[in-house]
Amino acid sequence: MSSFFSYLINGISLGSIYAIIALGYTMVYGIAKMLNFAHGDVIMVGSYMAFLAMGSLGLPPVLAVLLAVVVCTILGITIEKIAYKPLRKAPSLAVLITAIGVSYFLQNVALLAFSANTKMFTSVIKLPPIVLGDGSITISGETQVTIVACVIIMIVLTTFIKKTKAGQAMLAVSEDKGAAELMGVNVNGTISLTFAIGSALAAIAGVLLCSAYPTLNPYTGSMPGIKAFVAAVFGGIGSIPGAFVGGILLGVIENMSKAYISSQLSDAIVFTVLIIVLLVKPTGILGKKISEKV
Amino acid sequence: MKKLVSLCLVLAMAATMLVGCGANEEAAQNSAGTSESAEGAVFKIGGSGPTTGGAAVYGLAVQRGAQIAVDEINAAGGINGFQIEYNFTDDEHDPEKAVNAYNNLKDWGMQIFMGTTTSGPCVAVVEKTNEDNMYQLTPSGTAVDAIKYANAFRVCFSDPGQGTKSAQYIGENKIATKVAVIYDASDVYSSGIFNTFREAAEGYGIEIVAAESFTSDNKTDFTIQLQKAKEGGAELVFLPIYYQEAALILSQANSMGFAPMFFGCDGLDGILGVEDFDTALAEGVMLLTPFAADATDELTTSFVGKYQEAHGEIPIQFAANAYDAIYIIKAAIEKAGATPDMSVSDLCEAMKAAMMEVSVTGLTGTEMTWTEEGEVNKEPKAVKIVDGAYTAMQ
Repeated sequence: MSSFFSYLINGISLGSIYAIIALGYTMVYGIAKMLNFAHGDVIMVGSYMAFLAMGSLGLPPVLAVLLAVVVCTILGITIEKIAYKPLRKAPSLAVLITAIGVSYFLQNVALLAFSANTKMFTSVIKLPPIVLGDGSITISGETQVTIVACVIIMIVLTTFIKKTKAGQAMLAVSEDKGAAELMGVNVNGTISLTFAIGSALAAIAGVLLCSAYPTLNPYTGSMPGIKAFVAAVFGGIGSIPGAFVGGILLGVIENMSKAYISSQLSDAIVFTVLIIVLLVKPTGILGKKISEKV
Repeated sequence: MKKLVSLCLVLAMAATMLVGCGANEEAAQNSAGTSESAEGAVFKIGGSGPTTGGAAVYGLAVQRGAQIAVDEINAAGGINGFQIEYNFTDDEHDPEKAVNAYNNLKDWGMQIFMGTTTSGPCVAVVEKTNEDNMYQLTPSGTAVDAIKYANAFRVCFSDPGQGTKSAQYIGENKIATKVAVIYDASDVYSSGIFNTFREAAEGYGIEIVAAESFTSDNKTDFTIQLQKAKEGGAELVFLPIYYQEAALILSQANSMGFAPMFFGCDGLDGILGVEDFDTALAEGVMLLTPFAADATDELTTSFVGKYQEAHGEIPIQFAANAYDAIYIIKAAIEKAGATPDMSVSDLCEAMKAAMMEVSVTGLTGTEMTWTEEGEVNKEPKAVKIVDGAYTAMQ
């Protein structure tokens, strides 16, 4: 029983990281209607920034995280301006290929700058672990912070979209870009803002990811990025609560199948569940029903 | 008529060659290492390995380790009185480039091939040496197929061989009886070791309480695998994996409060070099490796001393393997009574037969012998990480 509980906690913690990354995918998809496959690599850049800030500059962890957030925000906006904005009217396939290109570009720049050698990331979290049930369950500081951070981010983001003008503009652009523009919404500004928020979240996710699993190399972000994309689809792409639900579920399913079925097959099981969910509910768990106009 | 002429010419050529050899032999015996002996009567040993690129550390170690052995042998009068000429070529850890390197070495006149350093290129080059029937000895190519022909031998254990030897070492030295294994199911090296370890474990009284795997796509979170090892009551966790993942496993086990013994193979060699890795986590980790640079026997101290003097660093096991490789070649040539004027193929046949009879004591093993498959028989050795450094185990 105690091991079940620790599998569950670890699953929720892993799922929380997926959820934070998935938010970036889902927001960008909701508003720009594109899959930003470079998102995973923004995570990697954020982790390197925090790593360098703590290691070379000797900054305290909080400042290091802030620096990573700032750098990633600027990076996100720059990528959007240079790579995606000129293609706003292009077919979606062209944008998708561009996103993959940006992803490779970031990986290779990181290879050049930091080399392929794996680095050990010093955790930014210094909380003592919680020990329950006479030491049979240990909840590490990283796990606690990850779960709490995920919940806070969800609440703040939902409030932001519901209560602020910029958030409302985002909703409007995601509903109908043309109509929003006619109503005086700055569409380009709103898209930039979305990329900025998504990339800032990626930086936080990167730092949390590397604190929990402390290795860092230029490919650190790619697999979690893909898993988070799956989580976004799972929960219903375009939906913010969907990203949260999808992320947590994915993490828990992955860990449970690892623990009780097979550690080798866990990924296959995760994707099988995804296929079943999409067969039953093609838009994902919390996805909106899309009525096709004929 | 034409046939007769050519026959005469061939005879004349053979005669001059023999005369030349005889003369040189005398010269070599009279004054070892004079320039007269260099012409036609040296053993030309070629080697290849990556001296540039990501795996350069291995190739450079082999090149330098072998050079020390060559210098020692030449200074002591050579093999059977003949000096060694040694040429090492860069193959960039690339199968295609390794074949090119091998061809270049053949153009240079290589008679014996000491290579390649890494497994991938070795698998490609062994096809060529087999075609040419050239004697090949790889110091460090661990893949099974790296020596799949009769002309090829190796100094190190094969990948699956490491599994059997690990079980033997753990069992015979009574290190642990309850063992958990965490291995990479998507990697041939790792799963190969695991399979032979599992087969051999029972024979040495080892109970495998958990056999957990991961894949290359899913190698950041090991808490589940560790949790299962912990529940199984493992005293020791066997890690037949590379050091990058092992570093993660050690830190995750630490944060879980799980502190078994850890035992790995040559893939763990390098764990102390991971940037910013807290070496305290690796304290007490054991790994099966044939060479510990801090061993106090005369051979090791002399080798480490010479290496450090020339290159300013402590040699790794690849250097020791290459050093031994040259001495193994020497032993085989002496046993066969071979001379440099033999053809590549004759030399190979003679040395192949001699390999079944030689017994060599070197840096990486005592009284090493070889099987017909080219595999080495030697006692496994292990090192333990103590105070952040590799230390030989008793």
